[in-house]
Amino acid sequence: MSGMPKIAAVPRGSALDWLRGQLRNVAPFATLIVLVAFFWASSDSFATFGNLENILTQISVTGIIAVGLTFVILCSEIDLSVASIANATGIVVAYFTVQDASVSIANIPLPGWAAILIALAACFALGAVNAFGLTRIGIPSFIMTLAMLQIAAGICALLVRGQIAYTVPPLVLTLGSHSIGPVPWIVIVTALFLLVGHVVLTYTRFGRYVYMTGGNREAAEYSGVNVRAILSSVMIISAVCSGVAGMLGVAYFGSAQQNEFDTYLLDSISAVVVGGTSLFGGQGGIGNTIIGLFVLGVLNNGLDHINIDSFLKILIRGLILLVALVINVYAQRMRTARHG
Amino acid sequence: MSALLELSGITKTFGGVAALRAVDFSLAAGEIHGLVGENGAGKSTLMKIIAGVHAEYQGEMRLDGHSVTFASPRDARARGIGMVHQELSVVPDLSVAENVHLGAQPVHRFGMIDWRGMRRSAAAHLANLGIDVDPRTRMGSLPLGLQQLVEVARVLFSGARLIILDEPTSALAPPEVERLFGLLRRLRDAGKSIVFISHFLDDVLAICDRVTVFRNGQAVATEACAQVDKRWVIDRMIGTGHEELEESYLAAIQLHSQSDAKLVLQVQGLTRAGAYRDVSLCVRSGEVLGIYGFLGSGQLELARALFGVLPADLGQIMVDGRVVRLSSTTRARRAGMAFLPESRRLMLFGTEPVFKNATIAILDRVDRLWLRPSIERGIAGGHVRQLRIRPPDVGRALGTLSGGNQQKVALAKWLTHLPRVLVLSEPTRGMDVGAKDDVVKIVRGLREQGIAIVVVSTEPETVLSLADRILVMKKGSVVREFADEPVSKDRLLEVA
Repeated sequence: MSGMPKIAAVPRGSALDWLRGQLRNVAPFATLIVLVAFFWASSDSFATFGNLENILTQISVTGIIAVGLTFVILCSEIDLSVASIANATGIVVAYFTVQDASVSIANIPLPGWAAILIALAACFALGAVNAFGLTRIGIPSFIMTLAMLQIAAGICALLVRGQIAYTVPPLVLTLGSHSIGPVPWIVIVTALFLLVGHVVLTYTRFGRYVYMTGGNREAAEYSGVNVRAILSSVMIISAVCSGVAGMLGVAYFGSAQQNEFDTYLLDSISAVVVGGTSLFGGQGGIGNTIIGLFVLGVLNNGLDHINIDSFLKILIRGLILLVALVINVYAQRMRTARHG
Repeated sequence: MSALLELSGITKTFGGVAALRAVDFSLAAGEIHGLVGENGAGKSTLMKIIAGVHAEYQGEMRLDGHSVTFASPRDARARGIGMVHQELSVVPDLSVAENVHLGAQPVHRFGMIDWRGMRRSAAAHLANLGIDVDPRTRMGSLPLGLQQLVEVARVLFSGARLIILDEPTSALAPPEVERLFGLLRRLRDAGKSIVFISHFLDDVLAICDRVTVFRNGQAVATEACAQVDKRWVIDRMIGTGHEELEESYLAAIQLHSQSDAKLVLQVQGLTRAGAYRDVSLCVRSGEVLGIYGFLGSGQLELARALFGVLPADLGQIMVDGRVVRLSSTTRARRAGMAFLPESRRLMLFGTEPVFKNATIAILDRVDRLWLRPSIERGIAGGHVRQLRIRPPDVGRALGTLSGGNQQKVALAKWLTHLPRVLVLSEPTRGMDVGAKDDVVKIVRGLREQGIAIVVVSTEPETVLSLADRILVMKKGSVVREFADEPVSKDRLLEVA
């Protein structure tokens, strides 16, 4: 702190300084441009309108989960149960829908709206359990949501018992797998979630509290901000976003079964972090998450367009995530160095 | 007496500021030597040099008549110098025996720990020192006083001939102090040397053979304790009126309490285990109550209870005659309480702009759902002008402001919608004179507006410059109230 006045006295901002401060925003964007340029140059089928639609559809389920996860990570917490809750919610909505005679699940058919409401209530409840464990009992979110990952997976297993359900309520089916004109509904829903998430984080009082809680939790506490309520809310928001993603995902895949969302945990965390939202909380936002989603989407999709060993793909994604983490930590360090 | 340790001409500077200036100090074998002085007078710096923490300094240190330099604390330990810090460095989850042997467990062949041998030697060592503790007991289950004795035993066990005790009595009840003193006397008679650093002058005079007084980085006097009294020590500690900054606090300040104003804050029988006991106080509208005590006297924890950060175990708090339950900071804020903690880090968001820092505590009164940054900037701009915050740019990241200006922003948080009670913890610590004056003016201005203000501090100057009435806390209890009478720094030091 004692060094601060000297820094303040230095005239602000050579362009390089500014760029350094913006590292967390610039780096993901530069990565995206490089990736697009690379795939454009190496494949004829990559840069087409149809493929753009592919990419958008492919990142949609991840995108909805990532909206909720952005809130959580901004508070410097983590939610490892997102994919598991998505899976459970998708299975719940199918469980309360009439299934084809060939499916031997002991389900309870209800009207479509009722099934959707029950599914939403289910993911809300799971999020509330996460919130309770974190804020009231004091279990670190990392461990609490790890337990929830297992619990939600257990709910999936109990409900389908190894079977596969295929039918979901009509509304879910439309939003998950139909298109309006050339645009898939699921892309529109994802865009809406991203938009609402951005508006809430940027323009509402709640959003400010989220950033302040993430930026300095003690200071938020000492300012009379209800930190527990904020943390509880973000855990529930995350679970509900995951639930919606799970319902649409089931419609998108055309089936509801165990373990079908497993890859989405890593994907959604990667999207948020690769986009540049600080793992230490308080910095970043939905804009960053959108870039992160595109980086992952372009990478996954592009690797399919340039004949590459599909086993190598997994390694490449891991390396990209590692680089993003390194940038994330460095960006944090530079900010801390600048602002004490 | 032959000198075990002799320091001559020790000078130590930190970034151009002299913490110690040409200090001479000697410690005899078989002596308990007290070190006293105000915060920042230089006694901790000297001890850190002796214990090998600071390796860079000018001057000479002689141990047993041989010139020595310690490159590290490890070096000093190897030469028989041990230190017991105010915050004990015991491992609560290990047994007493393991703590005594910490870092040097006896092993069998093959590197297995010799548990039985360890217990036996620990038991013998403790019995030898007259410390009555079962070596199998878990350290954390012992009362603090006993933990401290075990720590002293550990330091001795590792071969120390010279033990430095930093504020050893601040957390001890009188019988525990007696037990510690008993041990120290036995050690002295066995030829060990002890440096006893403390703010508690009564304790120093009771146990030490000689006392050295520090002021402004110099050892100003050394005398046999039998020759002097508390008054003599305090006079040496605060000087005789020649220090320009201190001067105004040496003369007695006349306190005037506002006995007819409305009672705003009433606290009854507030108790928190291990921090403070049965504290009762009241503050009237437009009154500043100062609470003074050494570090560890419980006043910082008391301040936290008033803002719901560390709720009290027992007792009742009333604001404007209504009982309030301050179980969280949000409740406390709604009940009309406001708090400025002693550390700015607890209060401010360094990477966020000034205006967001200034409005965080009142956001629910500015906006319902949607943020209105232009209004926030307006509010923050008003504070920036009124409090003369520099630079006057509400969009600037707070972390780029100087410490004093950051403190003003922290104060500004509570100024938009005035609270009923404002609790300030160390409001002027570490500030330059100008910034201190500004803070004093702001607090006086708030008093004029009828707010009840509580100032807690470990610095007598802070309470003297702000308070209308002063409570002195000692080891968790209020021991003295000063109201409608003259009070000066030396009076405060005397009763604390």
